Amino acid sequence: MKRSLTLEIALTHLLTKRKQTVVAMLGVTFGISMFLVMISFMTGVNDFTKNLAMEEAPDIRIYNPLEIEKNTIIAKAAPDTTGNLYVVHHQRPKNVVPKLRNAIMLAQSLEAMPEVKGVAPQVATQVFFNNGPIRITGSLQGIDVKKQGELFTLARKMDAGQLIDLLGINDGVILGYGLANKMNVGIGDRLSITTSEGSILMLRVVGIFSYGLADFDNARAYATLATVQKVMQRDPSFITDLHIKMYDNSQAKAMAATISKRFGVHAEDWSTANAPLLAGESIRFAMTGIISFTLLLVAGFGIYNIMNMNIINKLKDIAILKATGFESRQIVGIFLWQSAIIGLLGGIVGLLLGYGFCVALSHTPFPGGSVVRIATMPVNFNPQHYIMGFCFGVITTVLAGFFPSLKAAKVDPVQIIRG
Amino acid sequence: MPILQAKQITKYFHEPETVQVLKGVDISVEQGEFLSIVGKSGCGKSTLLYILSTMDTDYEGTLNIKGEKLNGWSQNQLARFRNENLGFVFQFHFLLPEFTALRNVMMPALKLGKYSYAEIEQRAIDKLRMVEMDGFAHKMASKLSGGQQQRVAIARALINDPAIIMGDEPTGNLDKVNSQRVFEIFQELARQNHQTIITVTHDQDFAAGSDRIIVMSDGQIVRE
Ligand SMILES: Nc1ncnc2c1ncn2[C@@H]1O[C@H](COP(=O)(O)OP(=O)(O)OP(=O)(O)O)[C@@H](O)[C@H]1O
Ligand SMILES: [Mg+2]
Repeated sequence: MKRSLTLEIALTHLLTKRKQTVVAMLGVTFGISMFLVMISFMTGVNDFTKNLAMEEAPDIRIYNPLEIEKNTIIAKAAPDTTGNLYVVHHQRPKNVVPKLRNAIMLAQSLEAMPEVKGVAPQVATQVFFNNGPIRITGSLQGIDVKKQGELFTLARKMDAGQLIDLLGINDGVILGYGLANKMNVGIGDRLSITTSEGSILMLRVVGIFSYGLADFDNARAYATLATVQKVMQRDPSFITDLHIKMYDNSQAKAMAATISKRFGVHAEDWSTANAPLLAGESIRFAMTGIISFTLLLVAGFGIYNIMNMNIINKLKDIAILKATGFESRQIVGIFLWQSAIIGLLGGIVGLLLGYGFCVALSHTPFPGGSVVRIATMPVNFNPQHYIMGFCFGVITTVLAGFFPSLKAAKVDPVQIIRG
Repeated sequence: MPILQAKQITKYFHEPETVQVLKGVDISVEQGEFLSIVGKSGCGKSTLLYILSTMDTDYEGTLNIKGEKLNGWSQNQLARFRNENLGFVFQFHFLLPEFTALRNVMMPALKLGKYSYAEIEQRAIDKLRMVEMDGFAHKMASKLSGGQQQRVAIARALINDPAIIMGDEPTGNLDKVNSQRVFEIFQELARQNHQTIITVTHDQDFAAGSDRIIVMSDGQIVRE
């Protein structure tokens, strides 16, 4: 009974000051809806880029990196002449063969590990793609078609043709969308490639893929392992990369270390290889956080002001209520209810409005140009964001209303009643 | 045993400079008494009344109402005590403007929570009838005339059947006819319900009609 009495008084105050109530509500509404739009769009962009890079990227990549030998040959040759100082100027990298030793055996041992979902061997090389006078550099990746199809998304990213078409003919190739455009070739057309060693091979286009990322689509092509080994004039045991997919990719970093140690190979995990991408993500998150916080803070200050004004206007009422026996906590209750109601209503409308904005945004064409190819803005619809925004909004409003309410409870009725 | 007993009430104001407004006032009121406090403007009548009403706790001396020694009670305890035992009528009517007359009258009873909602509503209508305002029960308080508002305020003061009803110039803003009516209501409360009335007034006729008059001057009671 008593609680509903404070609620009733609160509601009456809100309803008689409708304009002011709506203005206060709009502050919350605006804060929450903008917060939702910001965070949904930001995480949408994050997820989009991350997925693009992540789906196709291996969790762990094993390859032979190009490294400068740290110890000079002289030091190796005479290890016990301690105290000697060797200086070698302008040391050249030694000719590292990109070949992974015992790659097939290694792949089998890796696949036997319980955390590993699968291992796809690759032969990657830089080539020129030629069509008439056009010469474009790019990378040609020889893949195990079956493994690649199972572990990675390539099969689903085909604009034209199919991944398995590579198996149908000799010397087929699948080109990136941008690359095919620049070369002006389509399915069934032929083009030649030249390796850095100078060997040439004619390939027939059997498919065109598009990940939506210019880095990949403009400069990459896939063929079978055998085709690439042939153009490089290598034997079938020649493998340059092992691409590992794990069941749980959060374990990749630890796993990469284990593999390096156990097999004595260079294993690099996804987060190391894509550090800049992840850094960009955390910066975007920090920005979203700061802006959202500011929005809610501004809404909070708005409510603080409005509640303060409200209480100054209601000094007489407060004095009457206290004189007729209302206790401090009930006075606090009356004004706290008001800000809670403003927060709840403003929050609900904010959620709806924010959702509306997000839907509209997700239908807005994305001006990605040639860098990323997606039709519309990437927007994330995560219920957690809505819960978070609503809670933040209501908490901010209630806090903003709390301090003015305490002030109301401290009003001395005598001063006001005597005038 | 008097229903209200105050001893050696002394009060200072410190702003803008320290002045002693009440200088050891002793006052004792019996149940059912209709008491008027009169005196020159500025002599401390209102100040005394607000101390007796328990709203002002910043004083020296002792205050007993209904056998309870109220010194040292917390603000919330005093609020509950007022709610149940004291009724107020102010010079300026002071209703809650956004509520109907009926709602205003019901408010202290809803706070007290002693009766059911329906009973409270019925009691409020009865009190309004007593001040001949039942016809305006559902009108907004802000839409009533000054005299009407004052009568609603009296009904509100009566809703919890308080032992003592206090008024600070309750007729100060009313014309002759309305003042007379308020006087009659107070007299009836004292005679028939044995409720105690303590009013501060400048109205000679009003004071003359009451049971007892206290005259104050410069913070002291000079004549009873
Ligand atoms: N809040 C205050 N601060 C300082 N002095 C005050 C305050 N309130 C009242 N006074 C002073 O205390 C004295 C008594 O005031 P009080 O209001 O009790 O007089 P009163 O007898 O009710 O006068 P009136 O008949 O005009 O209402 C006055 O001199 C007044 O100036
Ligand atoms: Mg006065």
